Amino acid sequence: MSKIVFLVPLIPFFGFLINGLGRPVISKSSAAIVGSGSVLISFILSVILFVNVKNGHGGVFNGFDFISVGKLQIPFSFQVDQLSSLFLLIITGIGFLIHVYSAAYMHEEKPADYARYFAYLNLFVFSMLLLVMGSNFVIMFMGWEGVGLCSYLLIGYWFKNNDYTNAAKKAFIMNRIGDLGFLLALFWMIQQFGTLNFAEVFSKAGSMPSNTAALTGITLLLFLGATGKSAQIPLYTWLPDAMAGPTPVSALIHAATMVTAGIYMIARSNVLYTLAPVTQGVVAVIGLATAILAATIALKQNDIKKVLAYSTVSQLGYMFLGLGVGAYTASVFHVMTHAFFKALLFLGAGSVIHACHHEQDIRNMGGLKKYLPITHITFLLACLAIAGIPPFSGFFSKDAILIGAYEHSPILFWVGLIGSLMTAFYMFRLYAMTFLGKFRGTHEQEHHLHESPFAMTFPLIILAVLSTVGGFLGVPELFAKDANWLEKFLSPVFEVSETKMPPHELPHSTEYVLLGITIVLVVVFIGWAIAKFRNYQKTEVEETGFGKILQNKWYVDEFYNAIIVKPLNKFSWFLDSIVEKSGIDGIVNGIGKFVNYSSRQLRLLQSGQVGAYILMMVVAALFFFIIQLFVK
Amino acid sequence: MSINNYIFLASALFSIGVIGVLTRRNAIIIFMCVELMLNAVNLLLVAFSKMHYLTASVIDHTTKAGTDGQIFVFFIMVVAAAEVSVGLAIIVMMYRNIHSVDVNFLNRLKH
Repeated sequence: MSKIVFLVPLIPFFGFLINGLGRPVISKSSAAIVGSGSVLISFILSVILFVNVKNGHGGVFNGFDFISVGKLQIPFSFQVDQLSSLFLLIITGIGFLIHVYSAAYMHEEKPADYARYFAYLNLFVFSMLLLVMGSNFVIMFMGWEGVGLCSYLLIGYWFKNNDYTNAAKKAFIMNRIGDLGFLLALFWMIQQFGTLNFAEVFSKAGSMPSNTAALTGITLLLFLGATGKSAQIPLYTWLPDAMAGPTPVSALIHAATMVTAGIYMIARSNVLYTLAPVTQGVVAVIGLATAILAATIALKQNDIKKVLAYSTVSQLGYMFLGLGVGAYTASVFHVMTHAFFKALLFLGAGSVIHACHHEQDIRNMGGLKKYLPITHITFLLACLAIAGIPPFSGFFSKDAILIGAYEHSPILFWVGLIGSLMTAFYMFRLYAMTFLGKFRGTHEQEHHLHESPFAMTFPLIILAVLSTVGGFLGVPELFAKDANWLEKFLSPVFEVSETKMPPHELPHSTEYVLLGITIVLVVVFIGWAIAKFRNYQKTEVEETGFGKILQNKWYVDEFYNAIIVKPLNKFSWFLDSIVEKSGIDGIVNGIGKFVNYSSRQLRLLQSGQVGAYILMMVVAALFFFIIQLFVK
Repeated sequence: MSINNYIFLASALFSIGVIGVLTRRNAIIIFMCVELMLNAVNLLLVAFSKMHYLTASVIDHTTKAGTDGQIFVFFIMVVAAAEVSVGLAIIVMMYRNIHSVDVNFLNRLKH
């Protein structure tokens, strides 16, 4: 068991080494086999671990002493419990499918770049596994930084394009801001608890009173880290730009796994958050605000990947809402279902982009239904899932969160409902503009339209099945007693929090009414969206008024540019041209010039006349002789 | 004899040496002047060590004070001899190269 635990992250790491070091010589097919194969092995091992955990054989597995300073002990050890084993399955399972998909999607790349791509992906999987398996905050932080690095590398994968490198830098820098919060929280925890091991921190925190300043501060700083990694207000703007990376990367990193790291971290430290109600309020409000804001932006985007990106931000907002109201299981459930359907949506979008020859503007698509039958069906299923139509997976998870929000405060529910209606609207706008109506692209593009190869449709089919049935893992008690398998499975992780929170139980009748309202409204919005956009015609009319604001993403990027980027650039310019060029360079060059000048003068002393040298020597000797007479 | 006489003699010898080195152009004579300076120092060393011994032997007639000064002179003579051999060799090479022992022709160190 212990060996398997350590092999799970190590195998993708070896894959990374083979592909990374063998980059110049490795062939395309072997790079793909090494890349996908290592994740597949990891997945199989994860399944074994999962079964073990299910039978109650989880625990902490010690590797070696990592840091040991005075009383502070940080071992390098992995924790395999219900939460981490669930994430292991998501990461390696979806990771494997996306590796297979990538093998076909990236076929145009040169062999060296192809191997580089798989090396990055494997390194990402390794870091992500480290993140979820670590048994203390330091290991988690290492993984946390690792996934940030891989995200940077993969967004800037086509680094010859300047915009893409800028997007990569933006993602990395925004993540760094969050990471600073995370790091400060770690230091504070060391000061407060003297340890960073999950088990000890949580047991020590559990005996503390609720709502202390230290706990609130620590949790707020951790949450700052989460807003960076999981793209929440105010640090969400990197995620839409991160779509510069290859589409499978968007699916794996920027939809299914990495961006859920923040949710994992908060779910993992649920004890701390339950004891800090102030932070919980902040988390819920920020999550909800992000969900609404991103959903409104998604309504007006025309880039197929941008719509999905904002949708991801919005769904992550829901997960944070769930965490904020204490519905931890619901959030983790949504992470899982979201990983299925959002990965599917991105891969479907990748398939569409692939078919349309790198066309990403949905205004130039349409009518793809008959050309891409498999992509169409799977995409439709994913749309139904994210919109929350029963019995697709999104319905169960999103409603679990919304019901949790209602138990907390009805306002959160109603605002959240508006967001989910917008979700339904923009997803079906996307669907209708892409797959329905007539093709609006060029004739050449129409001629080339084709269904993607099997390596790409195979992951789509698997993910479509998961998106459809995945929700039955967490059927609410409303429909069947004791059917919520996920809640029972995860209950040990959230045990302490459950006892500290006052139990909320909605009467079943209220729940039925709420669900009924939700479903009816969602169906109405879907119908509206399809009716409005099924026969979309390209127009040259500029958006006006509110639509323009939405199309320009509330001008948040411009705002950040004006208040942060530009002043920073000005400051850098000042340092560069004033302080550096005339200040520091002046001093350094001045010293050089002085030495040059004086040596040119002193050189004249060297006349070559031996007599002159001797005279100087005698004069100097006399000089020192006289001096020592006086200085006694 | 007073120590002052020795000091005057040695100073005179040393000054002659210095002036010789500074003013003469013949390398061999410069070399001899250097020897003169060395021997001025030797003379002074011997004189001082003798004076030192005389003062010390008044108190204790078995004293060995001042012997190190005498020995030091031998060292200087040995080193000077070695130096002479090297120096003369240099002068011979110099003569072979520029057919002169005039140091003013030796200004090619400049470049």
